Order: sequence, then structure tokens, then C-alpha cells
Amino acid sequence: MIEEKYDAVVIGGGPAGIAAAIKATELGLKTVLLENRDILGGIPLQCVHPGFGLHYFKEDLTGTQFIHRFFDRMEKIGVEYITSAHVYSIEYRDYMEKIVNVITRKGVLRLCSKTIIYTVGARERTIFEIGVVGDRPDGIYTAGEAQTMMDIYGVLPGKDIVIIGSGDVGLIMARRFALEGARVKAVIEIMPYPGGLMRNVVQCLIDYNIPLLLSHIALRVVGKKRVEKVVVARVDENLRPIPGTEFEIECDTIVIAAGLRPYVDLLEKLGVAMDPATGGPIVNELLETSMPGVFAAGNALVINDLADYVVEQGEKAAEGAKIFIENRGIPTEEWKPVKKGRNIRLAVPHYVSGKRDVTILARVAKPEQRVFVELPEVGYKVFHMAVRPAEMIRLDLSKDILSKAEKSITIEVKPIGQRT
Amino acid sequence: MSCTLKVHISDTNIEVTGNQCIKGVEYAKQEALNPVRHVMTVVKVRGGDLPTVSLITSKPVPKNCIEKVMEATANIELEAPVELDQVVVRDICGANLITTRKVHKALH
Repeated sequence: MIEEKYDAVVIGGGPAGIAAAIKATELGLKTVLLENRDILGGIPLQCVHPGFGLHYFKEDLTGTQFIHRFFDRMEKIGVEYITSAHVYSIEYRDYMEKIVNVITRKGVLRLCSKTIIYTVGARERTIFEIGVVGDRPDGIYTAGEAQTMMDIYGVLPGKDIVIIGSGDVGLIMARRFALEGARVKAVIEIMPYPGGLMRNVVQCLIDYNIPLLLSHIALRVVGKKRVEKVVVARVDENLRPIPGTEFEIECDTIVIAAGLRPYVDLLEKLGVAMDPATGGPIVNELLETSMPGVFAAGNALVINDLADYVVEQGEKAAEGAKIFIENRGIPTEEWKPVKKGRNIRLAVPHYVSGKRDVTILARVAKPEQRVFVELPEVGYKVFHMAVRPAEMIRLDLSKDILSKAEKSITIEVKPIGQRT
Repeated sequence: MSCTLKVHISDTNIEVTGNQCIKGVEYAKQEALNPVRHVMTVVKVRGGDLPTVSLITSKPVPKNCIEKVMEATANIELEAPVELDQVVVRDICGANLITTRKVHKALH
């Protein structure tokens, strides 16, 4: 079997992978991008709504317009890619030799690469994972599946919809259903606050008179061949269903918008260290995982709010791959761990050197108003009117600030008026 | 990040409070007097590498016009290839409907 040699193999052709492959190619690395589906573009290709590119291009684009900018760049610089390419395993043969085994239309390929950039994205939580029991008829879809059906294939999944989960994907799909003539009977949310951005609650639910049932849970599905109804109940402060509050909503379609999880199958098999808070790999500031020369970016690393961030991560990983190859490994540093203080649920990257500028992305555990987000060891402090789990906090930290840290840096949230 | 706006409308003027930036004032006034929204949908494409192309209004249209836009696009079918920013419907509620995805001709 012939082994094709590369400097970088990028696994996953969504925005993170495309950005990584473009940057790696621009940096002079022999690169190939592998994509499982027969089309590139990942999630943005099926996002017909605007809100993309506000950071990266300073323009308000639809997901489709956004990703097309990167298709154009790919074509212009001649990025090598293979679609309908399924990576079934990664082997670590040596420090500068990783083997990627791929099934393609032309047969099974063995690619030998100095680095791997893992940008496979996320998977959606299913109805099984959120504990909804009952029948398993036709008509149950995840929000992303519904979006692919509608906005790639032009198929309306159903007529009377109940959406479980009020994250942004669910809200955006509620609007798409309403626009295309389906009736969204309710959006069910277990927490006492919506999971998505406020602007989406207004423009997707309130605009279309779609009821948002906060502090409610879907208990079970009823239906023989097709969904007929869903049984819903109110929950208490401990998120437990309150007996006696059950009621039924008649519907023919249930859409699960219960969140994304990084798709880390191949990394786990490789033995890469994981962060239970993000569900993705532990990385340093160059987005290198615990396996030298294996980088991760995009939703495979951490579930991101914006495709803009995902593109930046892809580019950072490509820069990391270049540094790895030039130095035969990322130069050893005194890596300082990024610790999570009060009300911080997750933060990425997990290690900084203090020698480079770093963008840290974090999420709070609980919503709070009027707080400071602080890094006490380096004297960094910024005021936020409100922080919510659904809105990532972005910290652009220069190396001058980070170099002040001695052993570690901590991110914490302090309500205004509390002494530091 | 979001903030909560309060709009006070009298005979002579509109007052907006609670905004954390200048954009908030314009947005709130627009929302109170003449709320507008972008409308997006997909239409069928024949002979392309994707079966549909996505459309959006070239500028936001009045909220009460959303249904008109959806009805105007319901039966449209295009032929591949389709370019980006192609005008598919002209002059509806003050905006055009333009494509936001490229569709290449299918190879066979």
C-alpha cells in the first residue's frame, strides 16, 4: 500500500477545517483536507440566516455567504481536498509520523503526516440522551437534521412541531418552520431562562407568537407510526417534574435542540487527554492536544457560539502545525495552567506559555448581572453588564499581560461591589 | 451582549432609555415605529450539485410583509448554475430577494 506523505492532514471540512487548510497551505505546508460528506462547508452551508462574519469580516453575512468566502479562497490558492473521505483511524507511529487511514471513492488511502488538525465538529444530543421515554415513531429529528432537511434538501419535516430545548439552533429552526408554513406549538425549556441569545428569542419566538415554556420538561412521546403527541410537565427548582402538572401537546414532529457535543471518537481512541467540562481535548495556546503534533479546532475542541471564532481557531492550529514542523515539536515551555475560578464552567485553551498573545474563550456556569471578569494573577479586569452560559466570554490577552503570571492564571467572575 | 431598552412614545417625540451604545437608540425607534426583519428561505434548483438555493431579502422588510415574501417565493424553481447575489425576485416590499449560495451544474 502506498503511503502519501504530508505536512498536515486536516480532518473535517467545515469552517474550522477549511480555514486551517487554507492557512496551512499559505504557510507552505503540504496539506490535504478530508471531508466525510460529499460537500464541504459544514454547518454554515445550511445556515440561511445572517449573524456570521461580524467579527472576522466586519460584515453581517448569512452562514452560506460566510462559507463561500472561504470556498473562494480555497480555490484561489489551490487547497488540496478529498470529499466522501471517511477517516476510520489515526495511528501514532512516531513523533513526526502520524498515519491517517481513509476510505475514499478511489479506495483505502494511508496518509503519513507530520501533523494532524482535527476539525470534525460536533454531534447533537439525541432524544435518548435527554431522557425522554415512550414510543419511538417517525417524526423525531435533531435541530441540525431538521435544518439539513429544510435548507439543503428543501423538505419540510412536519406540520405541527414541538421543539425541545431553547438553544440558538432550536430558536432559529422555530423561525424557519414558522416561515415555511408549519405550526410550532411550543418550545420546551427545562431551565427558568432561555438557552439562546435574547435577540433570537425576540426574532424567532416572540415575532411568530410561539410559546416558550420555561421550567418545563418533555416526559414521553406518544405515537404509533408517527409522532402524535408529547407529554410535558412543569419542573421545580431541582429540575424535577412536579406531579400533577402533566399535560399533552398534539404534534406530528418533535425537534430536539438540546445542545452539541464535540465529536471526539478518533481522539479518544488515540488516547488524547480530555476536558470533561468542554467534552473536548485539553490543549495548549497553539491548540495542540496532549498528543504532540495533533491539533484541534472548532466545535471538535469546544462548542463555539460563532463561526468566526471557529475560523480563528482553525488558523491558530495551522500556525501551531507550522511551528511544530519547523522546530520538530513545539518548543518546551513552562506551561501555565488556566484555572477556573468562581462561576467559570469552562475555559480554552488550558495552558499558556506567557510568550504569545492568546485568545481565551470561557463560559460561566450561572447567569449573573453586573460583574467583573478577572485574572487576578496578571491584574486583568473587565466589566460585563451581564454574563450568561449561552454567550461565550472572549478574552484577548497580550503576551505582555500573560507574562506576568508565575505559576498559573485563574479566570473568575466577581459581582460588582465584592472586594477582590 | 444584550441590554434592555425602554421606549416612550408621545405625540411629539420618541425617547429611548437603557441603551448601552448609540446603535440601541436607532434600533429601538425602528422597532417601535416600523419593525423590519430580514426574510430567508430556500427555493428549488434543477440540475445542480445542491437541490436548493438559499435566498434573503436585500434589506429588511416590514414585519407585516413577511408572509407576502414567503408566498412570492413558494413556487420558484431555478435552473443551475446559480451565482451568488443573483436577484431572484425584484421589488417586493421595498427589497429584492437575492441568492446566498452558489449552485454549480451537476456533473452528469
